[in-house]
Amino acid sequence: MSKVIRLKRGLNIHLIGEAEKILATSIEAEQFAIKPTDFPGLAPKILVKAGQLVKAGEPVFFDKNNPDILFTAPVSGEVLEIKRGERRKVLEIIIRSDGKNDSVEYSKADPQKLSRDEIKGQLISSGLWPFLKQRPYGTVAKPGSSPLHIFISGFDSAPLAPDYEFILKGQDSVFQTGINALAKLTDGRIHVGIRPEQENGFFSGIKNIEITQFSGPHPAGNVGIQIHHINPINKGDLIWTISPQEVIYIGRLFETGKIDLKKIIAFTGSEVKSPKYYQVIHGTNLGVLLQKATKQEGKERFISGNVLTGIRIDAKAYLGFYDQQVTVIPEGDYYEFLGWAMPRLNKFSISRSYFSWLFPKKMYKADSNLNGEERAFVMTGQYEKVLPMDILPVYLMKAIIADDLDKMEQLGIYEVIEEDLALCEYVCTSKTEVQRILRDGIHLMIKELGN
Amino acid sequence: MKSLRKLIDNNKPHFQKGGKLAKFGSTFVAIEAFLFTPNHTSKTGVHIHDAIDLKRTMTVVILALVPALLFGSWNIGYQNGLAFGIERGIPENFMFGFLKILPLIIVSYGVGLGIEFISAQIRGHEVNEGFLVTGILIPLILPVNIPLWMVALAVAFAVIFGKEIFGGTGYNIMNVALVARAFLFFAYPSKMSGDAVWIYDLPTKVPVDGFSGATPLAQLAQGASSKMASFYDMFMGFIPGSIGETSTLAILIGAAILIFTGIASWKIMLSTVFGALAIGILCNLLAVNEYMALPPYYHLVMGGFAFGAVFMATDPVTAAHTEKGKWIYGFMIGAFAVTIRVFNPAYPEGMMLAILLMNIWSPLIDYFVIESHIKRRLKRAKLKANA
Repeated sequence: MSKVIRLKRGLNIHLIGEAEKILATSIEAEQFAIKPTDFPGLAPKILVKAGQLVKAGEPVFFDKNNPDILFTAPVSGEVLEIKRGERRKVLEIIIRSDGKNDSVEYSKADPQKLSRDEIKGQLISSGLWPFLKQRPYGTVAKPGSSPLHIFISGFDSAPLAPDYEFILKGQDSVFQTGINALAKLTDGRIHVGIRPEQENGFFSGIKNIEITQFSGPHPAGNVGIQIHHINPINKGDLIWTISPQEVIYIGRLFETGKIDLKKIIAFTGSEVKSPKYYQVIHGTNLGVLLQKATKQEGKERFISGNVLTGIRIDAKAYLGFYDQQVTVIPEGDYYEFLGWAMPRLNKFSISRSYFSWLFPKKMYKADSNLNGEERAFVMTGQYEKVLPMDILPVYLMKAIIADDLDKMEQLGIYEVIEEDLALCEYVCTSKTEVQRILRDGIHLMIKELGN
Repeated sequence: MKSLRKLIDNNKPHFQKGGKLAKFGSTFVAIEAFLFTPNHTSKTGVHIHDAIDLKRTMTVVILALVPALLFGSWNIGYQNGLAFGIERGIPENFMFGFLKILPLIIVSYGVGLGIEFISAQIRGHEVNEGFLVTGILIPLILPVNIPLWMVALAVAFAVIFGKEIFGGTGYNIMNVALVARAFLFFAYPSKMSGDAVWIYDLPTKVPVDGFSGATPLAQLAQGASSKMASFYDMFMGFIPGSIGETSTLAILIGAAILIFTGIASWKIMLSTVFGALAIGILCNLLAVNEYMALPPYYHLVMGGFAFGAVFMATDPVTAAHTEKGKWIYGFMIGAFAVTIRVFNPAYPEGMMLAILLMNIWSPLIDYFVIESHIKRRLKRAKLKANA
C-alpha cells in the first residue's frame, strides 16, 4: 500500500468536451515544427538551413545559454522554413516530413548496464534531454547537475485533461526501460504520484519507482504540488520532472536505438465535434485536425494544452513541445448586457454569488471572456482556497511586483511554476494576470541569481 | 439592447484618445462597463475566468445591506411615532423613514461617485466599484437628523483623504465609510451624539412625557440602565440609534448572505464576537459598576457592534489579509470596542474607533503572520538539511 495524501484545497472546473476513450484514426500531418518559444528564457542558435534534409534526431538548434542541450528534429524530411517574428526572433523551425521517419542510429542497450554519463550522452545527442525539466523554475534540466529526486505525475487533473491510464495502456515495458534510464540520473528516487483509483493501474506493475497517492481536486495532478507534499524544495534543492509519455520516448530510444516520438493526445473542448484521442508525432501541425474536427460555429480559440495553462495558437499552428492535449473553446469577445447583475446560469463560479453551487454535476461551456475588468487586489483569501500548498500566494505576487528577491525566495518562488498558480488566476475577482507575474518573477530570479 | 449597444459603439470614438470628448473617457468607460460586461478576453495565462468580478461582489454586499436599510427606514417612522405619540401602520412608518433616508443616500452617492469619476479621469484610470458599497454604508451609520451638507462634506473628506490619495479602491488603509463617520463625530459632535440626534424631529419639537431618545449605550453610560430597552427589543432593533445599526436581526440576515456567498470573512465576524465576549466576561469578573456588570452578550446587540462586525470589519481591503491575521484582527476589534465602551464614557460607541484602530494595525498583524510563515519555511529547510 502506497502512502495516501489527501488534498482538500483546489477546484475542478467541469467543462463540456472531455475526450471519449477512443483512439481515432490518425490524421497524418505533413509538417512538423519545433518551437524555441516553448522554452522560457531560451536563446536558440540555429544549426540548419531551409532546404536541408534532416533525419529524426538530427540537431536543429541549441541553447546559447546552455550549449550542451540540443534540440532535434522529431521526424525525417526537409527543413521547410525557419519562421521568425519581431526582431528576427525564431518562432518555429518547420520540417516537412518525408513520411519515412528515418532516425539517426543510436546505441541499443539496456540502460541498467549503462553508466550515468552514457545515458546522459544518449539523451542529449538524441534531443530527448529537454523533456527533463527542473524545479525550481520549470526550465530545461542542466546536464551537468544531478537532482535529489525525479518526480513524475501519474495523472493530469486539469480541465478536460487526458486520462493517462488510457494513453499509456500496453506500453509497460518501454516505460520500464525509460524509468531504468532515469533511475541512473539521480542518487535519490523516482517518485510517481497517482490517484487512489489508479492503485491497480498502469503504474502498479512498474518497478524502481516510489508511488504516492493523491486524492482531491485539481491541481492535485500537478507535479509541483506533489513535490511540495513529498519533498518540498528549499533553497539550493534541485528536483527534475518529466511526464509519462516522455519517459516512453526515452524507453523507445534505448530499446530500439531510434527516435520515435509518437504520442497520444486528447483533442478536447466544447467546440470539438466529437472529442477523442489521436495518435500524433511530436510537434505535429494541427491544421488539418483543427479544421476537420471542430464545429466552426463561430469564433474559436485554439489552445495547445489545457484551458488553464495552454498556449493560444492559430488554426494552422503546431502542437507545443510538452503538450498532450489540444482544447478548442469559443472566443468570448462579446458584450453582455448588465452581465454582472444577471443570474448567468450558464457560467461557472466558485463563489456562491452565482448559482453553480446548486448544480454540482453541471458541465459548462466556458469561453475566453474575462467576465469583468481588471482591478487592484481587493478580495483576500481567494487564492489560498485553490492552492494546496503552504504558500501565501498573494504575498508572493506582491513580492514579485515589487521586485523583492529576498521575499520571493522566502515566500516560496522555488516551489511553484505557472501551472501551480493557474487556478488562482482563474478565481481572481480582480482578474490579475497571476501566471504572467510569476513568470516575470522567475525570469528576474534567473537573471539576478542564476539558474 | 441592440440599439443601446449601437448608441455606445457609435459614440465610443469621441471618448477615446484623440476624440473631442476624451476628457470624459473614464466616465464613458464606467457607464459602458456598467451597462455591458466588456468584450475583453484572456490575453495571457488562463483562457477561462470565473464569472465573479468586483461589480458582482459589490452587488452582493449591497443586497446584504438591504434588510438593515428596510428595517432602518421603518424604525425612523416607529421611533418618531413613539416620541410624539403618533400612531402609524408598518407601511406608513416605513415610507416616513424611507423619505428621510433617501436624501442622505442621494447626497452620499452623488458626492462620492462624483469625486470618484473625477479622480479616475485625472489619473486616466477606470472608475472602481468600491464606492458602490461605501455610498450606502455611510447613510446607514449616521443619525437621521444629520444635515445634508455635513453628509456631503464628510463623504468628500472620506473619499479624497481616506481613499483617493492612497491610490483608490484596493489601496486605502482605513475603511472609507468609517472615515466619513469619524470625521463627523469629531468635527460636529453635537450632531453625532447626545440623546436628540437619533429621532427625527426630536431636536426641534417637544416629545411626549418621559421620552428621552437616548440610545441604550448612552443610558448605560449615564448609569440609567434601569430604563434600558430589553434584550429582545435591542436584538430586534426597536431602539434609537444610527439608521441601519439598530436591528441585530436584520444585520444577521445580511451576515448570512455574506457568509454564504463567501464574499465576507466569517472568521473576522466570529472572532470579533469572541473578542467582545472575552472582554465582557473579564469586565463581569472585575465588575465595580453597573456597566462592567452588563451581561457580555448584551454588547453584541447594542450600538454599532453588529453592523460594524458584519459590514465594516470585514472590508477586505482594510482588514488583515492573511487568514491567521483575520482571527487576531477580529478578536482585537471586539475586545477594543467593548473596552472603549465600558471604560471611556466620553465615547459611548467604541466600535467605530476600534475598527479604525485595527485598520491601521492590520498591516502589522499581517507582517507578523508572514514573518512566522517565513520562519516556518526556513525551519523546514533546516530540518531537512540536518536529516
